[in-house]
Amino acid sequence: MEYLPNILFTLVLLCGIGFFAKNVRRLVRNIKLGKDVDVSDNKPQRWNNMARIALGQTKMVARPIAGFLHIVVYVGFIIINVEVLEIILDGILGTHRLFSAPLGAVYDLLIGSFEILAILVIVAVVIFWIRRNIIRLQRFIKPEMEGWPKKDGNLILYIELVLMFLFLTMNGADYQLQQMGAAHYASEAGIMGSFPISQFLGPLINGMSISSLVIVERTAWWLHIVGILFFLNYLYYSKHLHILLAFPNTFYGNLKPKGQFKNLEAVTAEVKLMMDPSADPFAAPEEDAPDPEKFGASDVVDLNWVQLLNSYTCTECGRCTSECPANQTGKKLSPRKIMMDTRDRLQEVGENIEANKGSFVDDGKQLLDDYISREELWACTSCNACVEACPISIDPLSIIMDMRQYLVMEQSAAPSDLNNMMGNIENNGAPWPFNQMDRLNWVEES
Amino acid sequence: MGSELKVPTMAELFAAGQQPEVLFWVGCAGSFDDRAKKITKAFIKILNNADVSFAVLGTEESCTGDPAKRAGNEFLFQMQAVTNIEVMNAYGIKKVVTACPHCFNTLKNEYPGLGGTYDVVHHTQFLKQLLEEGKISLEGGTYKGKRITYHDPCYLGRANNVYEAPRDLIRKLDAELVEMKNCKKKGLCCGAGGAQMFKEPEKGDKDVNIERTEQAMETQPDIIAAACPFCNTMMTDGVKNKEKEASVAVMDIAELIATAADL
Repeated sequence: MEYLPNILFTLVLLCGIGFFAKNVRRLVRNIKLGKDVDVSDNKPQRWNNMARIALGQTKMVARPIAGFLHIVVYVGFIIINVEVLEIILDGILGTHRLFSAPLGAVYDLLIGSFEILAILVIVAVVIFWIRRNIIRLQRFIKPEMEGWPKKDGNLILYIELVLMFLFLTMNGADYQLQQMGAAHYASEAGIMGSFPISQFLGPLINGMSISSLVIVERTAWWLHIVGILFFLNYLYYSKHLHILLAFPNTFYGNLKPKGQFKNLEAVTAEVKLMMDPSADPFAAPEEDAPDPEKFGASDVVDLNWVQLLNSYTCTECGRCTSECPANQTGKKLSPRKIMMDTRDRLQEVGENIEANKGSFVDDGKQLLDDYISREELWACTSCNACVEACPISIDPLSIIMDMRQYLVMEQSAAPSDLNNMMGNIENNGAPWPFNQMDRLNWVEES
Repeated sequence: MGSELKVPTMAELFAAGQQPEVLFWVGCAGSFDDRAKKITKAFIKILNNADVSFAVLGTEESCTGDPAKRAGNEFLFQMQAVTNIEVMNAYGIKKVVTACPHCFNTLKNEYPGLGGTYDVVHHTQFLKQLLEEGKISLEGGTYKGKRITYHDPCYLGRANNVYEAPRDLIRKLDAELVEMKNCKKKGLCCGAGGAQMFKEPEKGDKDVNIERTEQAMETQPDIIAAACPFCNTMMTDGVKNKEKEASVAVMDIAELIATAADL
């Protein structure tokens, strides 16, 4: 019976991690549904980008208030995780504050700084909540944020808040128990850890007996670690995946000038054939020739895997949308919605594959029209403001462009004005109906 | 000056056995749009005055394919690109300057993959270099004390990180450069990019160029400086919409320089 808590804890831990691993496999499978794209170049610069943008949060501070608060939560999250390691080991081994003896005075410093970070995280999270729910910043109340996305955003804040309170409660009760010399808690070496914040919980739990305090401490300890495991597993169902995916996403982010759109190789082959005077226009395709590649994207599987990774990485902060000229002037286009739609459709395709034993069965739906409307796609000015605004290198513009390619090259469904423009280019080499032979007339005009 | 423009074509120079140092890519707007033609001429005046060895393709030039590509017609884009590249490579062109950021971006970034690799510069970069080399001099105080705000074209700024060359030129004019609340990396689009120039905007509360013009007006400028023929059109329309065309001019950087140099 003595080892029951250890065994129970180990089981909970394994379940938590196992379930998470299962979801990671789903995630990888879904992302791999995308087309292959070569991103193996420039490794040093890619590592550098990841270090600067994801680890260093350099683009977050483009908006100083949100950026600063985010860094508080981010640093708190990373550093407090050192404490989680100790909690896990204590849980498995049945020890109490395992790191205290080997770390000595450093341990006190660490625990003290965790506490200060915890209270800062609480403050930041409260401000975040106020920005979303009381101030109602524009970018958090756009149409695509209604329903689950709004709830999701708030739930994350509540979970973080509860976790921090549990952490402090656990420490406060522990501090009290150590002072009272309770068995298992107190050490002959003196008080383990320093408690600059949770000591103020003293008055609340002062009169409690050791056994009640143990219950408080154990409850907070268990809820805290189970809460963390829950949060880990919540990620897959939430926009909060960015805490993990921001790293690969910034690594695989675009390194070329933002104005450079990729040239479609399938088209290059066709164009070369057309320009080749010796090519036989009536030649039958070779028997073993593969089906011609589909131009552009109408569904998630037509996108490349980096674009799909982008969609899972998006944390719906809305900086892209708030910088978008089309959105600012009341058009339907919202770059954030492009990413959310891509993710939601990808998730749907993934679930379809799971329900049908590993292969996708046509559900009569696609990303185009069922999720993203043509009106949204045609409102884009390709100005790259959304790409620039994203703090973690997501590229909504590339998806918009791929979908336009599908509309124009597979469906001939461009707006009529654009068809006129393209007809002019084809016939006269200019987007307006002027003759190419008149191209130098301006020299003679006064 | 005021004398006639000297606009040699590649074909003429080639026939005479000459090779210019740089090709001036005029672009469709610069060739056909009445407002943009003035920018072309202003730039030519500067080139003539600085004795730059250049030529244009003239009737051998064709649309780079930028609007087709941004509209999703990769096929038409590549047809245009391959045709243009054939012409340029046949003339052995090494360096290209253009006054249009869309042509600039396409020639610089998207042509190399299709066999056309050139040293491509925007005219603001080229002008800055001419000024630094002392090939043009700005005299008189045409713009002294004037408030000039600069609108970043997306395809020059965000797309290719050229923010300073045009600003350096404005500073050289002795003018007061005033920045809009959204500038440089955060510059707001004029509304023309992505082939929007050639279609009606989608339904919304406002046109993008009006929003941008309002931002420009907040700086109380005498002049809105642009570096793109399409931005120029959009901002000019915006100023007209606000009925401010009598007090606020929309000018290209090349025009500012040409006027300041009294060309």
